[in-house]
Amino acid sequence: MRNKLIYFILLAIGFTSIIQSCQNETSINFKRYYVNGKGIYEKNCQNCHGSDGKGLGTLYPPLTDSTYLKLNKNSLACIIRNGQTGTVKINNISYEGIMPGNETLADIDIAQVVVYITNSFGNKQGFYDSETAKKDLEKCN
Amino acid sequence: MRKVLFFALATFIFQSCSDTSDKKLPILGEREPVEKTIDGKQVIDTIYQTVPPFSYLNQDSIAVTDKDFDNKIYVTDFFFTSCNTICPIMHRNMLNVYNKFKDNPKVKFLSHSIDIKYDLPSRLKTYATKLGIEGNQWEFVHGSRDSIFGIAAKSYLVSAFEDSTDPQGLVHQGWFILVDTKKQLRGAYDGTKEDQVKQLMNDMEQLLKEEFGDAK
Ligand code: HEC
Repeated sequence: MRNKLIYFILLAIGFTSIIQSCQNETSINFKRYYVNGKGIYEKNCQNCHGSDGKGLGTLYPPLTDSTYLKLNKNSLACIIRNGQTGTVKINNISYEGIMPGNETLADIDIAQVVVYITNSFGNKQGFYDSETAKKDLEKCN
Repeated sequence: MRKVLFFALATFIFQSCSDTSDKKLPILGEREPVEKTIDGKQVIDTIYQTVPPFSYLNQDSIAVTDKDFDNKIYVTDFFFTSCNTICPIMHRNMLNVYNKFKDNPKVKFLSHSIDIKYDLPSRLKTYATKLGIEGNQWEFVHGSRDSIFGIAAKSYLVSAFEDSTDPQGLVHQGWFILVDTKKQLRGAYDGTKEDQVKQLMNDMEQLLKEEFGDAK
């Protein structure tokens, strides 16, 4: 009886610590992606979209439309890699411009900048890893 | 001893006050000494570089000339509408300056496009509208190749040129140039740097005071 109890407690401790270390790994990865993503954003995106993600007039759309970013979560990587033209509706305002592509950004860079923009400027979408970015990028049209 | 200290302190305070209000902005560019006779005495005066007459078309396809800037101070720069590097930063900052002096009849803004081929008035109009600019306090102008590149280099001391090795084919510096009512250059600020743009706004207040007194 007593042995069983000790066995159970040990098992429980082991289990929670495994779960915790997984969580820690995700949150460490998240932080790493976010910080790197911020640097990539400042270098490649901030001139148009602004340090506060508010864009500029109707020349450049803001990145503050959480609904748009959520609905297009799996297209963001393609938008960033290949750019975008035509009309987009952001916060109910139409924007028509040319966003240049970023062919030199690697899959991991794109994942990192996605993590940054989808968790800044009032957005809170959580993690997006480079494996998912790779899959999304294979489906770009 | 106390009195001395008091005097020293008083003059110090007095000086530090007068310093800020009387300080004049420097006059930039080339200068030339000339001899003049005032009341029968020979004196040396200095003639400073000024912006020569110009004529361009603005976003409403209306001619804009140096006359439209008479009795005003203005801020000028060089850009083009499809520029996707420093121009968005410059005009985000310029927009802040514009909003601060909006509707002040003594202040104007003049942005020259260096994309002679594509930035025709209609395209400048679309750009201005998207930036949120109405009216003509901020002029976006189109001109001939020689008149635009010439005035950039010679009159505003801003480097701008066509360059086939650049991805966009056009290279220019991001300076904001402050010009006074005599068409003299009074300041040059990096339009991509927020602290320098703040300095520009302060200097504009100061220049307005110098030119028009305290009356707004
Ligand atoms: C030269 C200016 C410019 C740069 C640099 C730029 N963008 Fe854009 N971006 C635009 C424009 C213009 C649009 C709208 C395109 C359209 O009309 O379809 C856009 C659209 C977007 C959109 C979709 C619409 C929205 O507002 O959510 C996202 C997401 C985006 N950009 C992210 C980025 C990221 C991330 C970077 C950096 C890797 C970047 N952009 C760099 C100009 C730019």
